[in-house]
Amino acid sequence: MSGRTERGASRHPCQTKLDRKANCYQECPLVTPAPLIEMRGITKSFGAVKANEAVDLSVAPGEILGLLGENGAGKTTLMNVLFGAYAPDAGEILVEGRPVAIHSSADALAAGIGMVHQHFHLAPRLTVLENLLIGIPGKSGRIDRAGGLARLKEIGRQHGLNLDPNLPVSALSVGEQQRLEIVKALFRGARLLILDEPTAVLAPSEVDGLFAALRSMAAQGLGIIFISHKLNEVRALTHRCVVLRLGKVAGRVDRPASTTSAEMAKLMCGHEIVPPTKEASTPGASVLTLDGISTSGHGGTPLRDVSLFVRSGEILGIAGVSGNGQRALADVISGMLRPRAGAMTIAGKAVAQFSPRELQGLGLGRIPEDRMTTGLVTNLPLADSMVLPRIGTEAFSRKGLLNPAAIRAFAEAQIKAYDIRCPGPTVRAGALSGGNLQKALLARELAFDPKVLIVSQPTRGLDIGAARFIHEKFLAMRAKACGIIVIGEDLEELLMLSDRIAVMYEGRIAGTLSSTDATVARLGLMMTGAEGHA
Amino acid sequence: MFRLEARSSTPAWFNLALPLLAIAIALLLCSGLIAVAGAGVVEAYGVMLSASLGDSYAITETLVRAAPMIFTGLAVAIAFRAKFWNIGAEGQLLAGAVASCAVGAIPMPGYLAMLLMALVGAAAGALVALVPATLRVKFKVDDVVSSLLLNSVIYYALMALIEGPWKDTFSGYPISPPIEDSANFPVLIEGTRLHLGVIVALIAAPLCWFLIARTTLGFKIRVTGENPEAARYGGINVQRVLLSTALLSGALAGLAGVGEVGGVHFQVMSDISPGYGYSGIVVAMLARLNPLGVVPAAIFLAAVMTGAEAMSRATGVPAFLSDVIQGTALLAMLVALLFTAYRIRRVGAS
Repeated sequence: MSGRTERGASRHPCQTKLDRKANCYQECPLVTPAPLIEMRGITKSFGAVKANEAVDLSVAPGEILGLLGENGAGKTTLMNVLFGAYAPDAGEILVEGRPVAIHSSADALAAGIGMVHQHFHLAPRLTVLENLLIGIPGKSGRIDRAGGLARLKEIGRQHGLNLDPNLPVSALSVGEQQRLEIVKALFRGARLLILDEPTAVLAPSEVDGLFAALRSMAAQGLGIIFISHKLNEVRALTHRCVVLRLGKVAGRVDRPASTTSAEMAKLMCGHEIVPPTKEASTPGASVLTLDGISTSGHGGTPLRDVSLFVRSGEILGIAGVSGNGQRALADVISGMLRPRAGAMTIAGKAVAQFSPRELQGLGLGRIPEDRMTTGLVTNLPLADSMVLPRIGTEAFSRKGLLNPAAIRAFAEAQIKAYDIRCPGPTVRAGALSGGNLQKALLARELAFDPKVLIVSQPTRGLDIGAARFIHEKFLAMRAKACGIIVIGEDLEELLMLSDRIAVMYEGRIAGTLSSTDATVARLGLMMTGAEGHA
Repeated sequence: MFRLEARSSTPAWFNLALPLLAIAIALLLCSGLIAVAGAGVVEAYGVMLSASLGDSYAITETLVRAAPMIFTGLAVAIAFRAKFWNIGAEGQLLAGAVASCAVGAIPMPGYLAMLLMALVGAAAGALVALVPATLRVKFKVDDVVSSLLLNSVIYYALMALIEGPWKDTFSGYPISPPIEDSANFPVLIEGTRLHLGVIVALIAAPLCWFLIARTTLGFKIRVTGENPEAARYGGINVQRVLLSTALLSGALAGLAGVGEVGGVHFQVMSDISPGYGYSGIVVAMLARLNPLGVVPAAIFLAAVMTGAEAMSRATGVPAFLSDVIQGTALLAMLVALLFTAYRIRRVGAS
């Protein structure tokens, strides 16, 4: 399974000629090209932690390689080594069989390696074309707009990556910005494209477009490294997978499409993943009620006359294509946005201020969509973030004086109870992985037994193990009669957790289904506004 | 070939090492200027050292100079913690000086006068700082620009006062009338200028540290500075925290002015502050915004200032060198701060 035994393109067995259409580079029996990129024995340590240990990896032209692994398994470090952000402690990188030294992203680009990061590197005020031409030497000191435009159109036509060259980047959707990043890499002559969790920011419909483009690029001989946690995507898209665990290659999967998700998950985690069991529960009285809530637009889609309720011991899922008012709904319920009209009650008490503090006082627990910017203070000790919402309460301070011992004790207890992997409560919160940050946020809310819990995208960017942990906690809270609202885009997750699912469309509740009536197909239809159901 | 690589954590000893490194770099760079001015570098720095810290009188003089910079350094350190960019400590100092001088000129028992001078001076500084803070909170006006420009407004208002209605009729110079003798701050050591205000400044530093590190307000200031969005989500009234920080910061800067009036000059003149408000920024940065670090940083700058005058007399190198040392120390510190987030790594040539 591991080691240096299989590498390069020689592992592709000759298949029937019928397969040639699908991918000529991969399946053609006559062509056995040298690997486009080969990484040999890559080792990289940060202090005592070995982020990568003797990792071998290769990508052939025309091949889409899946790079799988839990958070902290070393995927991003490995790709940063390949893209020149870190120098490896040991090992070498070969491009088309020749060893190369990559010390910077410029070296990587020169070697034909392009990377699309999770967070885009674009200048929002410049146009698509201008972003494309940044750093490209022009003709005798002038920017070669005409040449750039021609290349942009050509790349767009080849792979279906069409973009309006004159639109400013700030006017592009997230999916279009990602498309621009891909075009940018191709524009700079990338023959190997690394995509770091590209689907994390996309709506389900946009994912199909991305996959079509990636397949087209592979068919024309580009190599692609696709980093993801989402096993179904990896199985649908990639030709071959490398699974990392704790910095080492835990296994290689030669036929992802015919390997089950469970087998791959086992390789990633090192043990079987058992889905949590949802016990039957009888919902009690309503703990959170929204009645005719409307908001004025603040950047996103405003809410229009939204009424919903969640009862104790019940999980209400909120489905919808991203940008249909979910953000405003989460902001209103968590006290970040004051509605223009409508009323809200928590545990029978009317909400007056719509301030975070008031809602907390009424027994609302909140986990924000964006952990790093809204949830935590990355530059301060983890303990500070864990006590932040309740710093003024008796638990952590008295008469304006902090109780450092109590703060430390609380953080240490939660770190232990939630198995938050970190050196201790004084570590910078930003040093933790996404899964551990989410656990910390969950701990800080659940420690105070909320009557209602609102969470947005609870497992976005988390690996299977961490996601499973979060799901189990939600179900445990449900069993303890907490009412939970889960806003999410992952329909399978919503179907597994929810007792009822409400679908948002253009700022309204398009309909609500009980878990027994809800299917992916039916929800999908409602998400496009095709079916209303009260 | 060298390149920068991100650091996962910053070692604790950096807090001490970086300011020392910055100071060393500043002194090294300025030795070039001394050489150009035609003096011996070792001799010049030797004179600076002995004149600022060489004997007990020199030390008291340095402390007297350090006191206003401790206050302005604390003012800036606390403001910057909340990311309230208070560049206006100079104006707040002047406002504190004018207000306390007006109070000190009223005949009343000495200790009452001193207490009132401190309260009124602090309040005046706080009110001035409230202006840029309010503009930012209410109208999103850039606080760097507004607090900086307000310095000129206050300075020229002060000039208008002492050139006009407040001009000392007795001397005829553009200076304010002196405060009552009974309001002069007591001198702690006979034959020196070491006054009560210096002790107050030295006590203020640990109090500010306690405020930042051990109170809920300090917690809110830290969190608001690092991530206002998370602070708001966590139920902190970010606007109120910014306004409180501004009041506190302005009051500290105002106290710097009170000390200069009550302990050093006993009246207000146009050059009552040789830029102590701006030096406060250097002090706060050298201290890495830690109130306890403000004291040694302020004493260092004060030593440079007192030393530079003696050096100028002895070697003919202009005393402006102290401003250059301050400036280069700040720049060196800002560059050195890079190393808290990055390390330099040697890589082989490609």
